[in-house]
Amino acid sequence: MAILVFVEAAEGKIKGNSLEAVAYAKAMGGPVTAIALGAVDKAELEALGKYGAEKVLHAKDAKLDQGIIQAYASVLSKALEDEKADILVLANSSLGTPVAARVAAKTGAALASNVVDLPNTASGFVVKKSIYTGKAFAHIELKSQKKVIAIRKNAAELKEVGGTATVTDYNPSLSDADFVTKITSTEKATGEILLPEANIVVSGGRGMKGPEHWGLIEDLAKTLHAATGCSKPVSDMGWRPHHEHVGQTGVKVSPQLYVAVGISGAIQHLAGVNSSKCIVVINKDADAPFFKAADYGIVGDAFDVLPKLNEALKGAK
Amino acid sequence: MKILVCISHVPDTTSKINFTENNTKFDPSGVQFIIGPYDDYALARAIELKESTGSTVTVINVGTAETEPTIRKALAIGADDAIRVNADPVDSFFVAAQIAEHAKAGGYDLILMGRESIDYNSGAVHGIVGEMLGIPSVSPVMKLEVDGTKVKMAREIEGGKEYVEANLPLVAGCQEPIAEWKIPNMRGIMSAKTKPLKVVDAKAVDSGIKLQKFELPPPKGAVKMISADNVGELVTLLKNEAKVL
Ligand SMILES: Cc1cc2nc3c(=O)[nH]c(=O)nc-3n(C[C@H](O)[C@H](O)[C@H](O)COP(=O)(O)OP(=O)(O)OC[C@H]3O[C@@H](n4cnc5c(N)ncnc54)[C@H](O)[C@@H]3O)c2cc1C
Ligand SMILES: Nc1ncnc2c1ncn2[C@@H]1O[C@H](COP(=O)(O)O)[C@@H](O)[C@H]1O
Repeated sequence: MAILVFVEAAEGKIKGNSLEAVAYAKAMGGPVTAIALGAVDKAELEALGKYGAEKVLHAKDAKLDQGIIQAYASVLSKALEDEKADILVLANSSLGTPVAARVAAKTGAALASNVVDLPNTASGFVVKKSIYTGKAFAHIELKSQKKVIAIRKNAAELKEVGGTATVTDYNPSLSDADFVTKITSTEKATGEILLPEANIVVSGGRGMKGPEHWGLIEDLAKTLHAATGCSKPVSDMGWRPHHEHVGQTGVKVSPQLYVAVGISGAIQHLAGVNSSKCIVVINKDADAPFFKAADYGIVGDAFDVLPKLNEALKGAK
Repeated sequence: MKILVCISHVPDTTSKINFTENNTKFDPSGVQFIIGPYDDYALARAIELKESTGSTVTVINVGTAETEPTIRKALAIGADDAIRVNADPVDSFFVAAQIAEHAKAGGYDLILMGRESIDYNSGAVHGIVGEMLGIPSVSPVMKLEVDGTKVKMAREIEGGKEYVEANLPLVAGCQEPIAEWKIPNMRGIMSAKTKPLKVVDAKAVDSGIKLQKFELPPPKGAVKMISADNVGELVTLLKNEAKVL
């Protein structure tokens, strides 16, 4: 039976985390039908074949150009029914997770979000999810026939397995009642690597002393093709925008490499970064708690170390 | 306006997490419990709205008797009354079904909660409650203004935010900077003792989910320190040892 995957696009491109959702469904055994809502490039949709999608449904109605949670949940629930699919896979995101919740409630599916690995189907259908804000995992059995699975970054490996997917228009009837929420405007940083999707993150804390010094963080991020992040006080003081704030009350990241500069490593900050593959800490205080959570550490002044590190990285290319 | 605020009772953010009984039970020994930090933002915004619009604020928690000090704290912060649905909150669907049941009966205009709990981190209760009540759910909400029946919100998205409008009734999953966390004062603490806290039975719900076991992440290996005068070594290690470049 087909597994349905909801794919999100940003600036016309399918998001990396959605590609992983396709790869996840494929690794589960597929066949995989992806579904995209609103304006997305056809070539982008066809290319989902590379990661294992056989078919892509494209609900092009311009009303779906904006991510209205209620409307998206209705379309996805309808698509599950039309495709006779029991499982919906999508990426945890500011849109994906709330939509997943409504789809589960609408269809009576068992829901698991923050899933970090492929299901174990040795006995039953068991998924592993991150709980206690990264401090533990739970293995939960999804007993219902219908299942909605929202995955964390890196839950599946991106492997190229196929070719081109067949894209078909999908025109479910849309109910006005699902569009009572209106998005009046959007503010979005363009051209940046988005923090939740980045493979490398460079974050700065209060040790950076002020927003005027963020050029150092940005330069390093540029060299590493990384997203920039920060600690909570840094966004509280308005040095950086709120969506860059990492931790318990901010974004939870799981990149390959997390570089923390001038961040003390309070437990609430660590909660957002502890599933990173590798952590580098730069701090002038050898006793900063962050070193205990790090793989590599440098005790030194950020203003001295950052330019040197940036040069060394550039030289190594 | 009638506002319902959903609060979870969760380990303090500094807690170390442990499990007992072969990794099937959370170990509460030595753990301080708090109102979920995101729920605390929802509560703070509700109290502000109570003051500016003359609303009433009811808090609801799905939990066993141990959660009552947490509920009393919400009353001390300024909620008018409270409901405790007497049950172990096993998962988001179960919790949402209990909240939806009471929200239906209570005729609330605005249901505020956190964007996610910090124990299950599902980020799901708001969506499920919204769906069960057939009303919009918006999350994560970082700004919320009510003007008559119109609600104007800012919702955080990856790399920015979007401005959203909807009408009451509505469910919102809140996060900072929607309001500043509030600390109870002495008068609040005294009056909380006599504010109504109604305990009701849970309704039976099957969410199709069964916990098998918990697991702790493997302990972190020792950190390798590199001299600030030799950053080239770090680059080599990242490339050849960690293989992340
Ligand atoms: C409920 C709750 C939730 C929270 N959620 C979050 C969260 O999501 N994210 C978060 O980050 N915090 C969170 N916090 C706050 C957290 O407890 C810490 O206060 C915060 O992380 C500290 O930020 P910081 O490390 O940037 O600043 P500080 O603690 O001030 O640390 C600055 C560090 O910079 C170092 N330093 C100073 N100068 C230099 C220099 N020139 N070069 C190199 N290093 C230097 C210092 O040695 C120090 O270690 C939360 C707190 C609570 C109570
Ligand atoms: N046991 C509970 N009782 C009342 N509200 C809860 C409970 N658990 C979660 N919530 C609310 O639902 C929000 C989202 O929770 P979750 O879906 O578990 O991430 C939380 O921030 C709380 O506001």
